[in-house]
Amino acid sequence: MNTFGIFLTISAYTFFSWAYSKKKTPILNPVLLSILLIALILKVGNISYEKYMESARFLSFLLGPAVVSLAIPLYKQINIVKEYKKEIATGIITGGTTAILSAVYILKAFNSPEILQRTIAPKSVTTAIAMGVSEKIGGIPELTAVLVILTGILGNALAPELLDFFKIKDRVARGLATGVSSHGLGTARIILEDELSGAVSGLAMALNGVYTAFLLPLIIELIV
Amino acid sequence: MYKGLAIIFGFLFLGELIESLGIPVPGSVLGMLLLTIALITGIIEIRDVEKEAEFLVKNMSIMFIPPGVGIILYLDLLKENIVAIVTALIFSFLITLWATGKVVEVLRR
Repeated sequence: MNTFGIFLTISAYTFFSWAYSKKKTPILNPVLLSILLIALILKVGNISYEKYMESARFLSFLLGPAVVSLAIPLYKQINIVKEYKKEIATGIITGGTTAILSAVYILKAFNSPEILQRTIAPKSVTTAIAMGVSEKIGGIPELTAVLVILTGILGNALAPELLDFFKIKDRVARGLATGVSSHGLGTARIILEDELSGAVSGLAMALNGVYTAFLLPLIIELIV
Repeated sequence: MYKGLAIIFGFLFLGELIESLGIPVPGSVLGMLLLTIALITGIIEIRDVEKEAEFLVKNMSIMFIPPGVGIILYLDLLKENIVAIVTALIFSFLITLWATGKVVEVLRR
């Protein structure tokens, strides 16, 4: 077994994590930059994706158990779920559904291929769940992963400012809006502004993942 | 350490088993739901899985890189639809943020 892929991935991620720790701006997202650098190296070196994946696959294999592990933060925050159950349910149904329909219908308006509509549909959900859903509904999980990260960068860079601009002041509303629109990367930003907003955002992310995982297979054939 | 991993992989296996019965939801999501229920009901104790699960969650980011590099297989599709994709990403994010925030804020009054 070659170790080229796993070495390349860990090195790139270590380097860009270091760069990010020096200048914490969302566009320096270590995952996105690692993907772009490795893609460039493969292109320039004329190395096939298969060759790279021979060993790198080991890392993405851990996504399955990592998603299962999301049960722990969910369980630990169960009191917040109970306290704001009405708001959380409403926010997730509104946001989760809006995120899917708006993305799919905008691509439709541009006459983009059906496979892209399926690929973009889960883009507001945390990456690991989004990739699983994308695969289930006939999208391209690899592209979904990149679209999810780009969505998260938007939330990380802009969510609090946009919420101010929209004059949304309630802390629970701000957390829910951020979590359902831009998952973990949005959560990482809003938690710096307010602890309650951050906690609600993290929960919204996890529960929107579950909501989308159940909803999309049911409605995808109706909307694409 | 092995007990925690056995629980995590056990629930993943259970989730995939249910998925294979024809439920169109990823097995990992089903496993997560079942583990949450098991923790709430006390079937599984949090201290038995906490450390291993938190290690996996904390290190999730690097796991997205290998599949993400797969974009090189779809560069033509991306190029042909780049305007549509960028428009959809930005507007869908804005509408979702606005609609959710407004609805929940009204509910809170």
